Amino acid sequence: MLEFRKEYFADERDENLNEIGKPTQRQDMVGHVTGTTTYFDDHKLAGLLHLKVLRSPHHHARIRGIDTGAAERAPGVRRVIRGADVPRNLNTLLSLLNFGKDDEPTLAVDKVRYKGEPVVAVVAHSEREAFEALAQIRVDYEPLPAVFDVEEALKAGAPVVNETYPKNSFEYHGRYDHQKLRFGDVERAFAEADHGLEERYQMSPIEHAPTETNGCVAAPETNGRYVVYTCAQGLFFSLDTCAKILDVPSNKLHFVGGTVGGGFGGKVDSLTEPLAILGAMLTGRPVRYVLGREEEMQFGSPRGAERIYVKDAVMRDGRITARKVTSYFDSGAYTRLSSYAVIKCAAHIPGPYTIPNVHADVYCVYTNRVPATAMRGFGVTAVDFAIECQMDKLAHLVGIDPMEFRILNAYRDGDMKAHRREAKNTALIECVQVAAEKAKWPIREEFRRMSSRAGGGGARAAVPHTPGTPAGGARPPAPQRTTYDRPPQPAQAPIFEPQKPSPSPPSPRQPTPAPATTQHGAARFSSVFGTRRR
Amino acid sequence: MSKTPVQFRHNGVDVAVFVDGGANLLTAIREGVGDTAPKFGCGQGTCGVCTVLIDGEPHLSCITLAEAVAGRSVETADGLKNGPDLHPLQRAFMEHFAAQCGFCTPGMLMAAKALLDKNPAPSRAEVVEAIGGNICRCTGYEPIINAVLAAASAGPGRQRA
Repeated sequence: MLEFRKEYFADERDENLNEIGKPTQRQDMVGHVTGTTTYFDDHKLAGLLHLKVLRSPHHHARIRGIDTGAAERAPGVRRVIRGADVPRNLNTLLSLLNFGKDDEPTLAVDKVRYKGEPVVAVVAHSEREAFEALAQIRVDYEPLPAVFDVEEALKAGAPVVNETYPKNSFEYHGRYDHQKLRFGDVERAFAEADHGLEERYQMSPIEHAPTETNGCVAAPETNGRYVVYTCAQGLFFSLDTCAKILDVPSNKLHFVGGTVGGGFGGKVDSLTEPLAILGAMLTGRPVRYVLGREEEMQFGSPRGAERIYVKDAVMRDGRITARKVTSYFDSGAYTRLSSYAVIKCAAHIPGPYTIPNVHADVYCVYTNRVPATAMRGFGVTAVDFAIECQMDKLAHLVGIDPMEFRILNAYRDGDMKAHRREAKNTALIECVQVAAEKAKWPIREEFRRMSSRAGGGGARAAVPHTPGTPAGGARPPAPQRTTYDRPPQPAQAPIFEPQKPSPSPPSPRQPTPAPATTQHGAARFSSVFGTRRR
Repeated sequence: MSKTPVQFRHNGVDVAVFVDGGANLLTAIREGVGDTAPKFGCGQGTCGVCTVLIDGEPHLSCITLAEAVAGRSVETADGLKNGPDLHPLQRAFMEHFAAQCGFCTPGMLMAAKALLDKNPAPSRAEVVEAIGGNICRCTGYEPIINAVLAAASAGPGRQRA
């Protein structure tokens, strides 16, 4: 059972919770334990056809010709689908919000850019007949040099993976080849630091491996629409993606889903829906397209690998004075959602710490690998791993307990973050204190008494001089303060003084008047608007 | 393709289906009988979501030939409850939050039933061993193990049922 530490920030919370903290049975649980929950593949449709896809055996190759003659004549085959049959055979997922250029075909036409890329689809009466027909398709490939390493891909003369982005990097705002973060003067801080530490972190791609593989069943409805039973995690995201690729109004598509046999981010790419619907359009029959386990593991998009260089400057007393990060996100052959992951990564640096000088360059890089996609905090988890490994190494370097080292450098309410936003409602110090207590990890009394609400702001609220940025105008107007924010605390403690006992936490404020009986919408959805606590 | 008739007992009821040569039991149950409780996860006997009981023994239906069950008794998660009453394992899975996406649950339940039918008071290690062939990717093994122990008629976690 979850434990609630209500002593923290007790004065900032109403005790009017009706559901939180009380067990509630899931509404889908009876279906799960009786085996009657209906996943996409549990719909029974008369006259069902099966779609299978021929995939590229090469990491990078030009397609000189495709011969589907024998496959079209093979037993049980109802339709062979090629790139030319796809109404709009170029798309990028985030084009629905005008972000990025269309760069990925549904079926490859001129080139394949990763091993496993779909080239031809066959719709047949049975899966077996579809597989047998696929074996009779002849594709004439001219293999091309491939690039698998993010830094190699950015070098001059590297093979161009995706002609939409000839520099092998995503283009931000139409001209920048990476995301940049500049705050203060890291070079000066490195020159003045007692110690420096530079490390390289390399993450691997990670497969979601849901127990239910990606798939869907599409069928003509009687009203000119197509119904699609799917495992899509973003049902309407997928619907609009299909409407674009198939060049039909979105009201021609009827998506049924929401029941997903494990997703973890791997079911947002519309890997199967466009072809299944196209198959249903071309044959007039229900079409089922389900990835096999090998397809799911090999060609279903994984979490993208990241290579992260972190260089830190630290003083003998434990203060981190600079953090410089250069990170490369391996998007694979196409963009999908990696451009967004890079923005999240840049927005997460330098982690939940107040560091006066921060410098980051984050690249979204194309390689001849399977395109990456969403997975549980993608863009953030890897850089967090790097940062927290780095924190342990830094603590060891200066001889400070790693828990105390984190409390010492933690951001506090009122601090200026490297993104020029004020830190509000911070709680890292409290988290570390509880973690230490749970792990029976001794930390000194002064660290047990520190608080996120004390010691922040003041000098720590300043935007430092940042070389290369216009002076003065660097600080945007402060976001509007609402009644739900914590009031600004006066700077009570000097910036970093672990040796001196820290001031005791402020005594709880006078009890606020009884909360209004009606719950204000802004309070109810406060986490959405970043005004989590009053 | 020529079809072969196969007759067997499915959750206590005699059924007959026509299958293709080489068809597996999972296809025969899902498409022939129409019972979609057993799931397809890998088709190669590694994930356990297709687990059914054949004459009380747990088997992976995706790598069992349909014709091999002719004349035998097959049980799936769809047959666990008794009328409207849930099986103690089903109740325990509900009470212990032992399902998240639910896709591994029918297989988990059958693996657990095979254990409890033979060993009504298993140790924790025996429960772990019994569900060792069933993959849960939402990573709920601990609640699942606790649920099976609670459902065991003489198990240490027994509270109800």
